[in-house]
Amino acid sequence: MIGQSLVLASEVPFPPSVEDFYLPSIVPWGAHDSYWFTKITALMWVSVAAIIIFFLVTYRKPQLVPTKKQWLAESIYGFVRNNIAVDMLGKRGVNFAPYLTTLFVFILLMNFWAIVPFAQISPNSHIAFPAILAVISYVMFIYIGMKHHGGLKYFKHALIPPAPWFILPLLIPIEFFSTFLVRPFSLAVRLFANMFAGHMLLLVFTLGGFAMLNANLWFAPFSLVSWVMTIALTFLEFLVICLQAYVFTVLTASYVQGALADEH
Amino acid sequence: MITEILTVAAEEGAAEHNPIIPLWQEVVLGLIAFSILCFVLMKFVFPMMEKTFAARVDAIEGGIKRAEAAQAEANQLLEQYKAQLAEARTEAARIRDEARADSEGIRQDILAKAREESDRIIGAGQEQLAAQRESIVRELRAEVGTLAVDLASKIVGEALADEARSRGTVERFINELGPAGSAGGRR
Repeated sequence: MIGQSLVLASEVPFPPSVEDFYLPSIVPWGAHDSYWFTKITALMWVSVAAIIIFFLVTYRKPQLVPTKKQWLAESIYGFVRNNIAVDMLGKRGVNFAPYLTTLFVFILLMNFWAIVPFAQISPNSHIAFPAILAVISYVMFIYIGMKHHGGLKYFKHALIPPAPWFILPLLIPIEFFSTFLVRPFSLAVRLFANMFAGHMLLLVFTLGGFAMLNANLWFAPFSLVSWVMTIALTFLEFLVICLQAYVFTVLTASYVQGALADEH
Repeated sequence: MITEILTVAAEEGAAEHNPIIPLWQEVVLGLIAFSILCFVLMKFVFPMMEKTFAARVDAIEGGIKRAEAAQAEANQLLEQYKAQLAEARTEAARIRDEARADSEGIRQDILAKAREESDRIIGAGQEQLAAQRESIVRELRAEVGTLAVDLASKIVGEALADEARSRGTVERFINELGPAGSAGGRR
């Protein structure tokens, strides 16, 4: 079986591996240990450029009565502003809406490359990008908490719940662990793992179809089923893309909410 | 099998990758890209949107406020006009009443004057009549005296012959005259 899979791998690499996420770089062409200009970073730059151009073009001359494009840009911002920021943070949410919207749009578009034909891989399936965003969220909520409660008082507020003293030795480590250790990792890994697994699934079903076809021509119907599954999974991917962008933004807002909260 | 694949990958010339270890090059690039994105959007786009939202809210609320103000003003004007109208009505009624009272007074005045005048005229007529009667009576008295003297002279001149008859005549005349003179005096 090992021999067979190796033979297949020479034509169509199956099963897909982690290495499929690390494509050869574009500049210099084909290098395997250069990461400055790869498909991943190129897609990232395209995302950033696309978002900037979209918003600058649609909001170059804002009208009181919006045009269609302006309305679109406003509804994206309005969605995050009203449904996430103001919903969770109240009036103060308006101050956080710009960052949360930037975050949401950035993650959404970065994720979206996973199902764009010819791109077919999300930069967020490399943990570097979710990690950056998670660290920003982490630093942000701690900074806001310290600013709101006044320096180290924030940690006292965050770590010591109103509970009987004899439970505190148990509760404080738990609070510390869940609030200050797990949060950045859970944020980053959730997004990364979703995009990673999504790409992996699509790879498995696409390449699996080819693999079966190569193994035996009689497997052709199974190959067909496999490719149909790929299409179905692409739709599922779309759902995951939107959901993960939303979840990341909501969780960031919720951490800020916790930092700003005056009671437990 | 995994080792086989890894060797294949290694043969291709790539280092072994661990998916949960971030590539530092990507971290650097991602930070730069996301900073640029944040800078542009948070500085040039979303504040503008907030401004537009505020302007929109202001426009709508301002419109409502202006409409309310106009409505209030209209109501106030209406009240004012109604009050003025009511005032004008009472004024008119008052003027009418006054005019009625005035005309009544004038009528009474005129009537009184007319009555006075008529009384005066009647009084004057009566006085005149009385004066005339007085003068007539006086004239008659004088005339009666003359007539009596004439008659007496005639009687005296003629009836010396027939004294008895003439005596009777004079007595009759005086008798006739007496009632007439006393009647005129009574009147």
